[in-house]
Amino acid sequence: MLVLLSACAPESETGSSAAAEDDAVLPVPPEAARALPRPELHPGMPGLLNAAELEALAAAREDGLADIGHLPEFGFGETASPERIAAWDIDIGPDGEGLPPGSGSVERGETLYRLQCVQCHGARGEGSQFEALAGRVPGDRFPFAEDRRYRITVGSYWPYATTLFDYIRRAMPQAAPGSLPPDDVYALTAFILQLNGLLGSGDSLDAESLPRIRMPARDRFVRDDRRGGPEVR
Amino acid sequence: MANNRENGGLPSRRDVLAGVVGTAAVGAGAVAGAQQADTPKPRPRAPEDPTKMQGLVPRPLGERSAFETPRRLVRVLEPSSSSRTPLQYLQGIVTPADLHFERHHGGIPNIDPERYELLIHGMVERPQTFTLADLKRFPAESKLRFLECSGNGGTAFQNQGRYPRMSPQEMDGLTSTSEWTGVPLKLLFREVGARPEATWFLAEGMDAAVMTRSVPMEKAWDDAIVAYAQNGEPLRPEQGYPVRLFLPGWEGNASVKWLRRLDLSDRPFMTREETSKYTDPLPGGKARMFSFGMDAKSLITFPTFPERLGGPGWWEVRGIAWTGRGRITRVEISTDGGRNWEDAELQEPVLPKCHVRFRKLWNWDGRGATLMSRATDETGYVQPTRDALLAARGSYTRYHYNQIRSWRVESDGQVFFAG
Ligand code: HEC
Repeated sequence: MLVLLSACAPESETGSSAAAEDDAVLPVPPEAARALPRPELHPGMPGLLNAAELEALAAAREDGLADIGHLPEFGFGETASPERIAAWDIDIGPDGEGLPPGSGSVERGETLYRLQCVQCHGARGEGSQFEALAGRVPGDRFPFAEDRRYRITVGSYWPYATTLFDYIRRAMPQAAPGSLPPDDVYALTAFILQLNGLLGSGDSLDAESLPRIRMPARDRFVRDDRRGGPEVR
Repeated sequence: MANNRENGGLPSRRDVLAGVVGTAAVGAGAVAGAQQADTPKPRPRAPEDPTKMQGLVPRPLGERSAFETPRRLVRVLEPSSSSRTPLQYLQGIVTPADLHFERHHGGIPNIDPERYELLIHGMVERPQTFTLADLKRFPAESKLRFLECSGNGGTAFQNQGRYPRMSPQEMDGLTSTSEWTGVPLKLLFREVGARPEATWFLAEGMDAAVMTRSVPMEKAWDDAIVAYAQNGEPLRPEQGYPVRLFLPGWEGNASVKWLRRLDLSDRPFMTREETSKYTDPLPGGKARMFSFGMDAKSLITFPTFPERLGGPGWWEVRGIAWTGRGRITRVEISTDGGRNWEDAELQEPVLPKCHVRFRKLWNWDGRGATLMSRATDETGYVQPTRDALLAARGSYTRYHYNQIRSWRVESDGQVFFAG
């Protein structure tokens, strides 16, 4: 499948652009999609635990297991086969883990969007009574705590492009959730990213390229520093 | 939560007592037809002297007195996905299950309990499925705990005193307390052999949104419950029937309902509900992510809009307080707009991560007064003023609105929300 990445979108640090173009003519065999190496998660990602936090977690685990140490192992559950798991396991990680084989172009995404999404989200993703999907803040600033004029959208707020694939596949279109095959979800994801200026109109997406899209707001998110105590945060 | 609403006329006193408040206050057409406050309801009848006739025979299913018609508040302005608990109607700390608030993203699914299965997989030694009967067979645990939507109170925060005709239900009705029963999650995680490298797990619902949140493993080893009962009976459909995740003290959205799958991993999943939503923009171009804990909060539920005090004299100021970080240790009341504060009495039981009822006798002199409540929790955290919260979070931060609320009592006894 042909994978074209527009200059502005992919994460430049990964150098994925060139690699993806080299691979572009090689179709990804279906079973290989899950075996793709996970792209590095960026080090500042909230939720990656540092050494001290890993230690705290290990201690919490010991405590938790000690709480139930007096109870036997019950064995009430039934082994889940890989097929059983695959039937429900649709989650996509920020590293692209779980992305299915397939691909979709911006162009095809536009056609699908006109048929299935436009009535609720607007011709250019501007929203109506439903959620706005597209729009950037000038300079990609992030003024949302103090300025109400800008809308929270995929382009202005979402930290990971993989979330778009995951959410559309599980929950949209609203009247027929879970009805879109992977190729359609790739295409719609590509089109919405294009509406946000994050892909060119000739681009396509697949399991390799989607997790490499660098979202403008990626580094805006910080972990929760509220811990109780006298300080208001 | 929509802010674009208007205030209409006062509901009748009878509707107010019935907990139907807020219906008129959100403007014409804003509330489901069945709840229109202006539809006159015939008053139920009762015999002149009930001692002179035999009463009703026992019935297989009880119901409220015909004189009591509390209702959750449902908005129909937008496609509605929430309903609010009539806090001003309630006494004590337990919310009747049929008045527990709801919030969902894809409607309430209809799930056959006999076909129900919970799948646990990912970073585990033995991926397994559990039927509802399996879950019920494990040693059970019951806890009285509050559940609050982290968007609760947003309208009051962003509009300060602009909607004086706001009842506790309208303002803060996305919080409730129940006795939740289920299996400690750590027991299930031990059964499947959760690997020590697992730092997060994904919880996924069986609704049309196939709702997902990432949860730190630490919560599982601490106090997370896979719950199947609420106030002694199976969960209500809108609360996740037949099985939900319950994360005590954490924002409601993370307690995924209609739970079907737990996937253990070594990083969060970055679902839509923890990126696009349920993140808190902060001043300085940042947003807080995974802001699970609910900070200490208190709310006076009497006297509040639309109540009208009958005259000067003794009144008991009542309300609820709660914190996601342990126990409430103190609630103070001010009747002079925050100049002087006095301790309220905390009604036993004072449980961790649970609504606590507070009371304070007040001898009203009949002049205008501003009532406020302020909670402190066991970490030493004191419920902040709106200004303090604004300074820390900015005017349009999106969740976790626990600022002090005020109520203005006019000299005619009418009570209004005052910011
Ligand atoms: C009937 C109206 C409707 C249609 C048609 C529809 N959506 Fe949606 N969409 C919604 C609603 C309502 C939400 C918010 C759901 C919630 O409450 O969580 C939403 C949310 C979204 C979001 C998340 C927005 C955010 O900021 O979090 C995305 C992305 C999305 N829709 C994409 C699509 C796509 C792609 C299609 C077409 C395949 C589509 N939608 C069709 C109503 C619709």
